[in-house]
Parts: sequence; structure tokens; C-alpha cells
Amino acid sequence: MKTIEPKACPVVAKHIKVALVGQPNVGKSMLINSVSNAHLHVGNFSGVTVDKTEVLFDYKSYHFTVVDLPGTYAFTDYTIEERVTHEYLCNYEYDLIINVVDSTNLEKNLQLTSELLTMNKKVVIALNMSDEAENEGIDINAEYMSELLGVRCIKVSAATKMGIEELIESIIATYEEEEYETKLIFSEAVEEEITRIVSYLEKHKHEANNSYRNIAINLLKNNKKTYARLHEDPIWTELQPILIEASKHIELHHDSDDIKEAFAEEYASFNRGITTEVLEQKNFEAKATLTDKIDRVLIHSFLGIPIFLFFMWGLFQLTFEIGAIPMDYIDMFFGWLGDTVGATITNDGIRSLVVDGIIAGVGAVVLFVPNIIILFVGIALLESTGYMSRVAFLLDGFFHKFGLHGQSFIPLVTGFGCSIPAYMSARILKNDRDRLLTLFIIGFMSCGARLPVYVLFAGAFFSPEMAGNVLFIIYISGAILGLIAAKILKITAFKGVDEPFVMEMPKYRLPSLKLIYHTVVTKTMMYLKKAGTFIAAASMLIWFLSNYPHNLEVEEMYMIKIESAVTEEERIEQENLLAEALLEKSYLGRIGKFSEPLFEPLGFDWKMSVALQTGLAAKEVVVSTLGVLYSLGAEVDEENRSLAGAISKNISFASAVAFIVVVMIYLPCFAASIVFTREAGHIKYFFYLLAFTSVTAYVMAFVVYNITKMLV
Amino acid sequence: MKTLLDCHKACKVKVLKLNAKDELKQRLISFGIMKEATIEVLEHAPGKSTIEIKVGKMRIALRAQEAELIEVEKI
Repeated sequence: MKTIEPKACPVVAKHIKVALVGQPNVGKSMLINSVSNAHLHVGNFSGVTVDKTEVLFDYKSYHFTVVDLPGTYAFTDYTIEERVTHEYLCNYEYDLIINVVDSTNLEKNLQLTSELLTMNKKVVIALNMSDEAENEGIDINAEYMSELLGVRCIKVSAATKMGIEELIESIIATYEEEEYETKLIFSEAVEEEITRIVSYLEKHKHEANNSYRNIAINLLKNNKKTYARLHEDPIWTELQPILIEASKHIELHHDSDDIKEAFAEEYASFNRGITTEVLEQKNFEAKATLTDKIDRVLIHSFLGIPIFLFFMWGLFQLTFEIGAIPMDYIDMFFGWLGDTVGATITNDGIRSLVVDGIIAGVGAVVLFVPNIIILFVGIALLESTGYMSRVAFLLDGFFHKFGLHGQSFIPLVTGFGCSIPAYMSARILKNDRDRLLTLFIIGFMSCGARLPVYVLFAGAFFSPEMAGNVLFIIYISGAILGLIAAKILKITAFKGVDEPFVMEMPKYRLPSLKLIYHTVVTKTMMYLKKAGTFIAAASMLIWFLSNYPHNLEVEEMYMIKIESAVTEEERIEQENLLAEALLEKSYLGRIGKFSEPLFEPLGFDWKMSVALQTGLAAKEVVVSTLGVLYSLGAEVDEENRSLAGAISKNISFASAVAFIVVVMIYLPCFAASIVFTREAGHIKYFFYLLAFTSVTAYVMAFVVYNITKMLV
Repeated sequence: MKTLLDCHKACKVKVLKLNAKDELKQRLISFGIMKEATIEVLEHAPGKSTIEIKVGKMRIALRAQEAELIEVEKI
């Protein structure tokens, strides 16, 4: 390898823009994370990265911009994410391509590589997962491979950070090179035709940016753009018959009437040749791999689905059981914080704002951090082990009956964490109708932000042993409702033919602790940050709306009653009544009272109605609103200081169930609505979603409320 | 004519022809499912609605409708 000479002028650093390309799930994002200090989201399934992301870093006197592109199997526009990659590679400015290749599956990965090599761009090949390949007894001769392909091939491992520096040096060396020619060779028949076209172009001194060979290959491959460019040229009339002859010759050679298929076979045989030359499989044994063994159980025809349901049930049990342990301490901490901070503030109004507004509101949300962490760990495991694709496989048949695509499962599961990335990941679906349908259903998968509402209510109305099961039932019934909604939408709004289902099943991988840790910490910090900023602000607003205007008349009336109270009990009762009366006269009380008739058929009091309305901003606000409203009203009761206690005392069981149904179904949150609108492509879809979810939520809650009332 | 759907579990076959249309055909090819390729059937999902196959070292899930478009012969 060329050594790097010190720059003559070190002040002027060079910019190198690199496009990171590879098949799905070969570790592109993970490689960027290793090279720079970025924390891009990684997982073990196709389609983790759905949009291009830029990462910047410096090395020696070079500024690097690495563009992480979604994985693509070949140069096709099959799905949106693949379109992103294809468009970027063809239309954007960049200096070179890093082609990331999975060393454990070289031949298949070269399929994309060989297409990249015909692009007339500088390429460096990163043979990723070299450590894993070594463990499997695969030995790749990288130097020989570099020689054969005419591009630098470097063994790396994103997981162990092996070969990273060498890779960067190779990028610089390739960047500094003037002359550059790859060595992709086709079969005799194709080479013959390429030579014929090249010599024709040479004879006519055709002007072009690309090499003649490149133009010839593009013409033979029926590349529309190259055609369009040459179509304008006078030489076209003579070139056309040559091309027709050439196509016939190649098609005859391949015994196929499809030139694309013929070229795919050309690439495949070239790749087979390269693989045979450079790859040596040591101590090859035909025995089943670990993945085979695990799959025999996990995707078993009969056991597969029960096992999956058991995992889900276990996750929600853990979420409640383990999550409940630190909850008391967090609750105590905020109680103590409220008392301590409250004692230092003399002004009644400000004290109430801080203690009843901010601390009660934020505390109510932070309380659920342990549950959220457990849920996120569960989702991270599902994503990083490779189990996700198995479940998509198991459920495809079932999903298909409801008009959903098996791959819809991936965005839907992501939706259990947060709806926003879920809307994004729906891009892995090829067809717009399937994608829209999935987008509409994602909201039915209860996101992490709704977990606090469920945990609160489950804890308020059920014993701790039952609460975990209740959580599981809530999530599953949300999912089932989603499927039914999908079926209804499929036979009404999104009619159409079914799309094919072809999906790669990745190898099982033991996720690294570091990876899980990073994913969970990032998501948890986001949750906490939201609690500290957005939720705190919302709590202040809600506090203000619930305290003002001060109704002096009511206050005076009750003050007389309180003073004239004989017993202590009577006094407390009158104080509570005063607090209630004041709250009802506040702005928030008025809003609540105004909308109460609308929610009355569902059994909601005005506080619940308000909480649902503020919940449109974000689902955590439902809990913080209830926290503020009930801490203002019923704080005096020492036995039931906690919010769960206040709720079980003030809300009937039937109303609580109806409330959960509404939270389960209606619009996720403001931020998610924006992402939904962007991904769906038109504002009208947002209004459809709003109408669809609101009506469904209302009707379902009404039915559930009345049934529960009859039964209990 | 035998298709991939007719194959039993653990059966090894060679692809003869792809009867899929343009886009799907391209997709199958990009997954390595093309003429002369060797396929091993690994597993059927409940009701044989989806099957898992192995091409080279790659595991792929296919729906029955797609499997039916792949003409194969036993090896």
C-alpha cells in the first residue's frame, strides 16, 4: 500500500465524500460507528437504515463525510429505501464508494459489488465480519482479490474494530489515485459485443464523461439514461442496429429473452469465479450450524407461534414485576423533593406551581422509567438477535389473511417502542398501498409513551400478580384490533393485488452488551429529556390553566364553612370540596366541563376528558395531567397520596377500561402525526387517520364501557 | 412441471426457470434465486403459507405464491 506523504500545505485539509453501500444487514451503520464515534441505530435485520445519514470525522489532514445509505441487494428500485440508495449513487456528487461486504457470504454480496464496479466510480471494498468468517473457517485472500478486481479489498470487522485504520488509509490512497480501472470481465459473447460498440464509439470520437466501455455496458444493459443521452446524437441511427444485433447475440448465448437476467447470470458467473479463486473454506463440515439448530425450534410449524407469544407475555410480566421494584423509591423521592422544595418557597402561588405543577407532572412521568427501560431492552433484543425476521416469517400467513404484508411486522414491532421510527421503517414495504395500510395500523401498536398510562391503571385496579397479565392483554388486544382495522381498510380503502413476500432471514447473532446498552440508554435519555423539557412545560401550562382564574367568591364561601367546622374531619371535607370547586371554575375546568357531554357516554369525568385532550400532544402528558389534576384535588387524603390510589378511588372500573381503550386507539402524539404525514406523502392522509382513529376509539370505548358496566 | 412449492422439507433442487414478472424476477435474482442455482427447502410456516429456503448461505422466506413461480428439478 502507498504510504501517505505529509501534505505540503497542511492548512488546507482535503474533503473526501464517501458513499457507504452494501447489501442489507452487512453492518454498514455499525462500520460507521466504529470508524467515527457516531451512534447510528443498528440491528440484525434488513432495513434498519431507511434513509441516508451523513457522519463527519477527521483523519490526519482529511475531512471525511460518510453517507450511510440503506442496504440494497442490487441496483433496483424495488423498495423506497433501495430507491434512496440508487438515486444517491447515480445523481449525487461523491468521491468514492465503500462497498461493505459480508465476508461470511461473499458470493452473494459480490452480486452488488459487480454492479458497482461497472459504475465508473472509485470503489474500496470492506470485507466486513472478518472475525466471524474466520470462526466459520472461511479464509479470504484479500490481496489476491484486490488484484483480480482492480480495487482495494480490506478485511475489517466493525464489531472488533479490526482493520479500520487500514480501511481509512486505503480510502485515502484510492482517493489520491489518478488512473483507475476495475477489472470486471464478462463472458466472451458479451466482451465481443462491448469491443464492437467501443470501437464504433472510438471511430466516431463520441464525446462523453464516462469511459466507452462503461457506455457500452450500460447500453447493453438497457440503461435508460445512457439511451436517452445517445438518442440525441446523430450516430444513433448507425448504433441502433449494432445494439439490436448485440442483444440478440447475448440473449442467444444465455438462452433467455430477458437481457437483465442474462446480465445477472454474467455477474453471477464472474462472482463465482472470483469466489473460487480467493476464498478457501477450511475444515468444512456439513453439520448443522447454530442458526439451523435454533431455527428448528423457533420457527417450528406448531411451536413457533406459541413460543413467540410466550416471549411477549414474559416481556410484559418483567416490565411490570421488575419495573415496580424501583417505582416506590422514585415515588418517595418525588414526594420528598416536593416537600423539601415546597418548604423553601414562601409564596403560595409559586410553591403550588413548582410542587403541584412541575414536580407532580414530571414525577408522574419519570416514575415509569424502569418500565420503559425493560420494554426497550426487550425490543433491542428482538431487533439485534435476528428473531424479528423469524416472527415475520411465522406471522406472514396470518397477517396475509388480514391484508397485511409479513414484513409489516417489522414496523409494527418498532411501533411498540415509539411510533416515529415505526412510521419511518414502513419504507421497507415496496408497495405504496401496503405501506399506507401499515402506516394506518402502526398507531394500534401501543408505544412506550402509553405504557405509563397502562401501568398506572393496571396498578390501580389489579393486584400486582395480575397487573403483568393485564398489560399483556392490553398490548395484544391493541394488536388484534389493529389487524381487524387492517382487514377493514384493506377491503374498503386499500383494495388491490397482494405484493410478493421475499425476505432475507439473517443469521442469529448474540447481541453485544455494549450495543444493547447504547440503544437503551439513548432511548431512555430521550424519554427523560422529554420529561424534563416538554412534559415539564406542559405540566406548568396545565397547572396554570387549572389554577386560574381564582374564584374569590367560592373561596370566601368555603373559608367561612371551614372556619366554622367543628370536627377535624368536617374541616378536611370542606377543604377538599373547596379545592374541587376551585378546580371546576378554572380554565381547564371550563374546557373539561365544555367537552364533558361528549365524553359522558364513555363514563369519563371532566378530568379524564382533559387528560385525553392534552394527551394529543404526547401520551406521557396524559399521566402528568392526571398527576396535576388529582394532586390538586385530593392531596389531603394521607392514605391515598399516590396517583394510582387517587385514580382507583375516583374512577369507576368501567370508565377506566374505556379510558384505556381510547388511549390505545387514538392518535399517538403530535410529533408522530407530523412524521406520519411526511411518510404518507399527503396531508389528507393525516385527516383520514385522525377521523379513523377518533371514530374507532370512541365507538370501541362506548361499547367496552357499556359491556363492562353490565358485567361488573 | 415441478415448482418449489411442491418440494418437501429438506429437499434439494436446482432452478430451471423463473416464471415471475419483471420486478419480482429482478428481486429473486438479486437474492441469488436464478437459473442453475441450488435451493434447499428448510421449513414450512403453519399452513404452508410461507416457506423458508436456503440459497448458497442465505436463508430466504418466500410466500407460497412466489414459490409456485420457481420451476425446479430435484438433484
